[in-house]
Amino acid sequence: MLSPIDVPAIKKDFPILKKVVRGNNRLIYLDSGATSQKPLQVLDAEREFYTQHNAAVHRGAHLLAEEATEAYESSRINVARFIGAEPEAVIFTKSATESINAVAYSLGNAPVGSPFHISSENNIVLSEMEHHANLIPWQELARRTGAKLRWFPVTDEGRLDLTGIDSLIDNKTKVVAITHQSNVLGTINPLDSIVKAAGEVGAYLLLDACQSVPHFPINLEELGVDFLVFSGHKMLGPTGIGVLWGKKSLLDQMPPFLTGGSMIESVTMEQATYLDAPKRFEAGVPNMAQAVGLSAAVDYLRGIGLEKIHHHENQLTASALDGLRSIPTLKVIGPENMENRGGVISFTVDGIHPHDLGQALDQYGIAVRTGHHCAWPLMKRFQLVATTRASFYLYNDMDDVKELIEGVERARKYFLER
Amino acid sequence: MELDSLYQEVILDHYKRPFNKSLSANPLVTVHHINTSCGDEITLSLKLDVNGDLEISWDGVGCSISQASTSIVSELLKGKSSQEALALIEEFQVMILSKGNDRGNENRLEDAVALAGVAKFPARVKCALLGWMASKDAILQVLQRGESKESE
Repeated sequence: MLSPIDVPAIKKDFPILKKVVRGNNRLIYLDSGATSQKPLQVLDAEREFYTQHNAAVHRGAHLLAEEATEAYESSRINVARFIGAEPEAVIFTKSATESINAVAYSLGNAPVGSPFHISSENNIVLSEMEHHANLIPWQELARRTGAKLRWFPVTDEGRLDLTGIDSLIDNKTKVVAITHQSNVLGTINPLDSIVKAAGEVGAYLLLDACQSVPHFPINLEELGVDFLVFSGHKMLGPTGIGVLWGKKSLLDQMPPFLTGGSMIESVTMEQATYLDAPKRFEAGVPNMAQAVGLSAAVDYLRGIGLEKIHHHENQLTASALDGLRSIPTLKVIGPENMENRGGVISFTVDGIHPHDLGQALDQYGIAVRTGHHCAWPLMKRFQLVATTRASFYLYNDMDDVKELIEGVERARKYFLER
Repeated sequence: MELDSLYQEVILDHYKRPFNKSLSANPLVTVHHINTSCGDEITLSLKLDVNGDLEISWDGVGCSISQASTSIVSELLKGKSSQEALALIEEFQVMILSKGNDRGNENRLEDAVALAGVAKFPARVKCALLGWMASKDAILQVLQRGESKESE
């Protein structure tokens, strides 16, 4: 049995949660799926980098350059350890979106004869529940190369429909790009059969881990994927820092995406050769303070314990699902039980548009996300224009859940019973 | 409460019982406008009556603000000339972008002044503007066609 996390103590590290909003309400932040709040430890780490060590990394002969390089590279090691990766395979990008684009453009840049080359013969397999960040880069790659897009459908319950896997993933499949946990439905996707199918045909498997890495422990070796991406700002870290992890043997052979300084081995006026990963994919002076901030976020999460955080979020989610279901005409979009499910709940209430519901909740101090959640095709799949989404993190507690449920009920009465 | 300044009765009435929300046949022009950030969308058709005055019909899905606002504009512009309509749209835009400083002229904007409260909620301004921008787009397209016909 896991000991519970100390939410009151955690809250003290997040000054923003003390903010009084809209008509004297306590802020109840239920939008961590979009971006998490940042603890003082992360802000302090960034500030210390700027006040004590700031210099351009990997160049310069002076003390600060050495310190900055040390801070940046030890951040890489720390983040790598967090996901069970070797540091040289961890690339810092500006966002998960950039990470996915890096892989998509890299494949698009691969010449005929390269194992990474993709052409109109090939196909790319996605799912209907992808965030636009894991859809549009592949649409664009397909448009540029003539490759075909295919996707796993989603069941009424909000699970991946894997029944057609054998015909979807075939020996012409170059990439399979799938989300680990849906940012809309909360569904955690089972990966075993996809890993197996992609492995059998030699397709590269990219996992969008934006909604998983911040919330539960992952181990790359167990996952068996080729690429994994996530963003820093959803896991207590700063904006402007994301991660692309890839198998080192692949990264070292892939054509670069962004080119310029820091990623070259040698340069003449006509041409250049490139370094191995990670530098191969880190052109320019990187987001150093942000990498340091992400490392502090990783320390913070590790200090609390991801297992415990996951357990805590599960309790909140289960309680919220129970409470929300008791509200007349409220419909949960996504799995209704806690099996393979994370702390994200999308729902609709008959007769109230999500935007209006979100507005009313905001008035009560409750911050939720409304809209299509950058997953327009998934909305269409459920014949919806939008949903209201509550998402939980380590600093939320049962009071927040209670306020959410009461808030939704109050909003329902406000719009429908006045 | 602040929420009441946003969701006035007149807005919720338009939302529940919208005017002109049924696309009429044989329009002069039809436009489709989407609020990309939230997915609200409307289709709006424009006709001119025998005097050259406007007739707007529409259909759509979206939040109460976008749907009520489209109902209001379709009713307000009914029977107006294109120039009068463009002036009213301009006036509404000034009000809705005023951050709450301009409460609107009720004699001219009629029910639309109920949307003045939206100006204090920046995230909702584009909801309120959806139907008005679609109307403007449709009117300008009709005017443009008129001009190109005259020049023929």
